[in-house]
Amino acid sequence: MLALALAAPAVAAPFVPTDEAQVLERLPDRSAVEYRDLKRLRAVAIAEPGNVDAATALADAYYRISRREGDPRYLGYAQAALTRWWDDPDAPTAVLVTRATLLQSSHEFPRALADLGKAIARDPNNARAVLVRATVLTVVGKFDDAEADCERLLGLTRDLYVLLCIASVDAVTGKAQPAKAALERWLAAVPDAAPEDRSWVLSVLGEIAQRQGDAAAEAHFRAALAADPDDLYTLGAYGDWLLEHNRAADVIPLVQDKQRVDALLLRLGLAQTALGLPEAQSTVALLRARFDASRRRGDTVHRREEARFQLLLNGGAPAALRLARDNWTVQREPADLRILAEAARATGDAGALDAVRQWLATTRLEYPAVAELVK
Amino acid sequence: MTQRGLRTLIVALLLVLTHGIAEAHKPSDSYLKLDVDGASISGQWDIALRDLDAAIGLDSNQDNAITWGEVKAKHAEIAAYALPRLALGPAGAPCVPVLGGQLIDHHSDGAYAVLRFTATCPAAPAILDINYQLFFDIDPQHCGLLNLSSQGETRAAIFCADASAQQFPLSGQSKMAQFADYIAHGAHHIWIGYDHILFLITLLLGTSFQTAQVSIRKAMTESAKVITAFTLSHSLTLGLAATGFLRIPVSLAESLIAATIVAAAVNNIRPFLTRRIWLVALFFGLVHGIGFANVLTDLGLPQQSLLAALLAFNIGVEAGQLVIAAVALPLLLLVARRPAVLAHGLVAANGLIAVIGAAWFSDRVFDTGLMPF
Repeated sequence: MLALALAAPAVAAPFVPTDEAQVLERLPDRSAVEYRDLKRLRAVAIAEPGNVDAATALADAYYRISRREGDPRYLGYAQAALTRWWDDPDAPTAVLVTRATLLQSSHEFPRALADLGKAIARDPNNARAVLVRATVLTVVGKFDDAEADCERLLGLTRDLYVLLCIASVDAVTGKAQPAKAALERWLAAVPDAAPEDRSWVLSVLGEIAQRQGDAAAEAHFRAALAADPDDLYTLGAYGDWLLEHNRAADVIPLVQDKQRVDALLLRLGLAQTALGLPEAQSTVALLRARFDASRRRGDTVHRREEARFQLLLNGGAPAALRLARDNWTVQREPADLRILAEAARATGDAGALDAVRQWLATTRLEYPAVAELVK
Repeated sequence: MTQRGLRTLIVALLLVLTHGIAEAHKPSDSYLKLDVDGASISGQWDIALRDLDAAIGLDSNQDNAITWGEVKAKHAEIAAYALPRLALGPAGAPCVPVLGGQLIDHHSDGAYAVLRFTATCPAAPAILDINYQLFFDIDPQHCGLLNLSSQGETRAAIFCADASAQQFPLSGQSKMAQFADYIAHGAHHIWIGYDHILFLITLLLGTSFQTAQVSIRKAMTESAKVITAFTLSHSLTLGLAATGFLRIPVSLAESLIAATIVAAAVNNIRPFLTRRIWLVALFFGLVHGIGFANVLTDLGLPQQSLLAALLAFNIGVEAGQLVIAAVALPLLLLVARRPAVLAHGLVAANGLIAVIGAAWFSDRVFDTGLMPF
């Protein structure tokens, strides 16, 4: 039913349904754990409008749902929970940290870093602020600063988070081997770890293996998904691994019912196209409509996905290069480098090829597939 | 927060944090189509069922599925929620929408309620004011995507929380109506531009205190010189900036305008610039003209009748300015004729003005938020 509704043409004519029982829209399952607290938190926040704890708790709850659902609407609801302080440069520390968490979701990294810097200056032992900053710094490719933050965390938070923090930096700075060893040691030492901890460690391991061309990646991704089947990020990473290994048919059941999420709809479109399925056409039309809408509102959050769409599904290599390059100025994860390298290769753009080579040389990122693209 | 609570939070946050930041799907948008034909506007407004559910609750039986029956039962509520959040036409003379019907459509990210309406304006608008307020209170990241057509010409615009009120000059409307609309906008701008009003009053305060003791005639002449000088100089920069010959960032112009107020007020107390206030008006008027031009640029200039629009807007500004002078000057003269007031009043009034100007300046340069407007 949902698939049918979503498969409708991107721009159809308005109509009056004939059947009252016809389901027009599915909502997220609000019996899920993330929603349970929401009602209570909302009631408290409404009853005490100036209460910082209540407002940030509500915003954090919305933030978690936005990640779970991959739906940015909840980022807007979270922002609304912080309305009173949203434009206040000297907001309370808890607000600064939550606001930074929301800002980094919208790729507003400089503003997020400014908020976090202020929060940490006020409260150097604020573990969450330091963790979020380390993450943002890793995403924007400032690895030395990220590592310094990871080390700062020692004793402030659980050892696992320090381990993951450092391993995430090591994994992309020429120390993939030690990172992998440390994570594997942890898995062996803590066999009864909580599923969310395991899933996180396994997905980092999966990505390291994927970049190294190690077939163990699949086992890691599958184990991560066994621990947390709805993790959108791991679904995307595993989907990419399958596509890379000519197993498009396995991608479809993985992402079929997650078409709301642009990044996963993109994987579905790639798989359908690789298999020559007739549905590919409507998926591509749907993707085009979504990217058009986000361009109309001036969004730049989707550039990595849109670059892949342009290059692989829309025959627009120059447009892909432009998007990949703009995206690269904002975020610098291996996936961002890869699409930049692919677009550079497709267009033969010397400047972009050189930028990729230089990044590989200076960071010592171990990613043979990308190195091959720019050889 | 307890240690355990903190840990749980960090796990939950970090799990999703490191896990890629690019997993978003389409944010909340509505699609608004307006077709202007004379005084009548036909509209179609597509609003996501998911957003309406968050605002007023559509899933009556709480089964996480919205059926056509549930939407139909809420038709009146949907209209009562949405329509008042869209204002067409100027505040004083709104184009009132009447709902035609509600349908359903699918966009790339799901099902939308489609509201069709017809709005009738008191007269054919030459500039269409649109104020869009849907969902901003619950979702400040929501935006409305507008497609506006008039006389076969279509344009697109986007309403987000930081750009919720916009104006669109409509081509094909009568030249006279367009001219009158620009006059009205010019007058309106000086009327709501507290900084311009305060600057003008400061200048008039200076001339009346200098000359009122001499003769009313002398005071009137000096004030007329000030107003003429201000008009000439701000017209010059307004014209240059509006046509693109002069480009100065809005924030810089706004800050300089605040600084001119402080300088003019201090100059009234202690003439450190010049005793000839018309010279102050002439010089600082250049800065105020740039401020006017920024408003005109926001309005959007019809390219085919650029000069006419510029002239009309300026006529509006001057008319508004004359009205303010006509009210303020007699009062100022009345006060300035009293020797007792003259001694202390000059310093007190100008001191207060300088403080207000300085607060504006601080707000505009350092974002301090001292002033309520």
